Amino acid sequence: MSAPYAKLPAWADYGLIPLINLTVAFIVAGLVVLLIGENPLRAAVILVDGAIGRGQAIAYTLYYATSFIFTGLAVAVAFHSSLFNIGGEGQAYVGGLGVALVCLAFDSVLPWWLTFPLAILGAALFGAAWALIPAYFQAKRGSHIVITTIMFNFIAASLMVYLLVEVLKPAGSQAPQTRTFLEGGQLPKLNWMLEAMGFAVRSAPLNVSFLLALVAAFLVWVLIWRTRLGYEIRMRGHSPKAARYAGVSEVRVIIVTMLISGALAGMMALNPVMGDQNRLQIDFVTGAGFVGIAVALMGRSHPAGIVPAAILFGMLYQGGAELAFEMPGISRDMIVIIQGLVILFAGALEHMFRPSLQALFASFSPRAVGAEAKQGESA
Amino acid sequence: MAEAAIELKGISKNFGSVRANRDIDLKIAPGTIHGIIGENGAGKSTLMSILYGFYQADRGEIFVNGERAVIHASNDAIARGIGMVHQHFMLVHNFTVLENVILGAEGEPLLKTSIAKARSELERLERDYGLEVDPDAVIEDLPVGLQQRVEILKALFRGADILILDEPTGVLTPAEAEHLFRILRQLKDEGKTIVLITHKLREIMAVTDNVSVMRQGALVATRKTEETTVEELAELMVGRRVLLRVEKGDAHPGDFVLSVKNLTVEDMRGVKMVDDVSLDVRAGEIVGIAGVAGNGQTELLETITGMRKAVSGTVTLDGAPVELTGEADPTDLRRRGMAHVPEDRHNMGLVLPFEENENAILGYHWQDKYVNGPFLDIEAIRRDAQEKIEKYDIRPTDARLKTANFSGGNQQKIVLAREMEQDPKVLIVGQPTRGVDVGAIEFIHKRLIDMRDQGKAVLLVSVELDEIRSLSDRILVMFAGRIVGERGPDATEGELGLLMAGVEEKEAAE
Repeated sequence: MSAPYAKLPAWADYGLIPLINLTVAFIVAGLVVLLIGENPLRAAVILVDGAIGRGQAIAYTLYYATSFIFTGLAVAVAFHSSLFNIGGEGQAYVGGLGVALVCLAFDSVLPWWLTFPLAILGAALFGAAWALIPAYFQAKRGSHIVITTIMFNFIAASLMVYLLVEVLKPAGSQAPQTRTFLEGGQLPKLNWMLEAMGFAVRSAPLNVSFLLALVAAFLVWVLIWRTRLGYEIRMRGHSPKAARYAGVSEVRVIIVTMLISGALAGMMALNPVMGDQNRLQIDFVTGAGFVGIAVALMGRSHPAGIVPAAILFGMLYQGGAELAFEMPGISRDMIVIIQGLVILFAGALEHMFRPSLQALFASFSPRAVGAEAKQGESA
Repeated sequence: MAEAAIELKGISKNFGSVRANRDIDLKIAPGTIHGIIGENGAGKSTLMSILYGFYQADRGEIFVNGERAVIHASNDAIARGIGMVHQHFMLVHNFTVLENVILGAEGEPLLKTSIAKARSELERLERDYGLEVDPDAVIEDLPVGLQQRVEILKALFRGADILILDEPTGVLTPAEAEHLFRILRQLKDEGKTIVLITHKLREIMAVTDNVSVMRQGALVATRKTEETTVEELAELMVGRRVLLRVEKGDAHPGDFVLSVKNLTVEDMRGVKMVDDVSLDVRAGEIVGIAGVAGNGQTELLETITGMRKAVSGTVTLDGAPVELTGEADPTDLRRRGMAHVPEDRHNMGLVLPFEENENAILGYHWQDKYVNGPFLDIEAIRRDAQEKIEKYDIRPTDARLKTANFSGGNQQKIVLAREMEQDPKVLIVGQPTRGVDVGAIEFIHKRLIDMRDQGKAVLLVSVELDEIRSLSDRILVMFAGRIVGERGPDATEGELGLLMAGVEEKEAAE
């Protein structure tokens, strides 16, 4: 309780602390690697090289990061209203349905640049719709959003299996997926962008939805810090009592926040469905919804933090795949352990090193970190 | 005299920059009922939490029955024979009385045997102290008074010789409170030592042997109850310190702006918090509501300002009714000219993590001058905040600083600036100077008088009697949810103190 508002300089708060947390996560991960009898240093080199060593690797890393930016933004927007939306997985999955329906309907008649806006709309609408029911129950009945969104992940999974197997699968096909979209339903790749920077890329799934993700990150910043709605979202997030005092309708804020969150999660589907696989497949989300939680935690719910955090997780995904390939002792699960450790130290234990760092800063310049109260206490 | 049951020497405790307890020396004689009285926030509960091991004192020593005691956790306190009955009961609602009593003190690995042992012990305690409760009744079926008895039994079952009761009558009806006092006297006769924390003067007079008064974290006096008076205690509690007589001329009251008629408000348990209250505030006058905290003032303010539902009654603002039953809308009331400086500045009046300029528009962020369509007009907001900072002498003068980094007085000025600059018809003010330094108090008082002189209707609620007396043109006293009397600004402190303590109108007039 002492010195409740002590604070660090911004560069330490947003730069140093995540860096320390990340370092500790990797040290512990290194110990695990050591435990299974592999050389942690070599593993680290392979991982980093596999993630950013070549143009091909960078393109894959950014492809994964694209998905994580969307789901990270989705979680962050809800966080600002102190809502914990862990239904990004389901919302993205259902968002994929929106993308597929648009592509299947228009890919033969429209060029991609006309299908794309419609697909964005479809993804956002379907994702938002999937978030609406939990939002309504939270706002009106107080049903906890964590529970309902988790359950909706399962409902989404079952619904999509049904639709893919029974409705969307072309007659005569054995695979539970839609037909492949024609050119009008395929997003152009961004390999030229990396090639222009001097990297060689053979074929990688990085596509224009990466740029959309960056635009979305900017728009989320505008929403949260520059609009009346964002102001009300943050107000409710910090103090529901103050929001009530200020005449802000809690029901409205909860529902609108969750619709935006769901829409962002839904837009994640554009990246794999329209940008890479060019068809709707079973389980195309592959955990990106959950990684979004870690990304939002690590990025402190700020777009400027979310984008680098998403790229970091993209590196773990891509570098981890390389690692599993190069070091037979390390399986795909090892990567999940490393990711888990990053989440643990960057998210759950975010404040572990903060007090000692604050004490350290206070010893250099006591006034800068508001440590006066602390000193008074021990005097 | 025998060794003190509890002796505290030089206890100090700070929370950040707040000095909750400073250098407290206190001796509590065994076999007595010792009252500790003080206003909310005076540090009573902090002191008892230190004694019971919830907090560690920054400095000072505790002696129990003459032995130095180091109390790190409530278990240490229990081992020393100290028991505590909390203001908010610590009971498991779907457990029986017996199960609650043994919880944490089962003593045996098997529940069945420990319950059997506990049953006979519980029966003995109930018999000895007249604390009858059905051991097999489920807690949630019991009325509040009996639940409290279970709390007392819990403490006695753990072998408590020293019993601390924190605001025990807050949730009780007068009859239940009377019964509790009988039990306390009986416990005293059996040789137990009782510490009674309260802010109600009447209870102190009714049941204690000795009383200590706390104010702003310090223990200002200890008296034998029979040698003191309600007036003296009230004075000690409120503190005469600076008599803030604000310069003010005569009031020129105009039309009725705010009228409250037969307003009744209940809390979630159905207890009447505001009971048939009627009052009027006219333009150009300050009506002060005096009263000890927790007598319904908070609920009254929240209902008038549209944040809480009423059970019955009406509120009229400038001739038109205020919605009290359905979803009330504070924004609508603001549009109609009602400004509200809430009692709870930290959670309600401000969002502490926000920048100062963001708080300067809280509740008014829909106004045209602050928005461009769906966007906030950040420049206008910051410019506006900067103007208010200068006009109200808010320091530091940085509108982009986090609100939490401002002092209490400056935080309050942020709220006042926001509400007063709206040029409202009626200003509702709760505890305008709570936690505010003396310099800012004077400024705030001046602004409130200015508002009155500009022809605003001001309704002021405060637990500071000095404040009420120096600002109000009419004083209403609230006790147990009712308005129990009206006085002019020249009413004496003693007279108001008696009304605040719930002494009947007739007696107070004598």
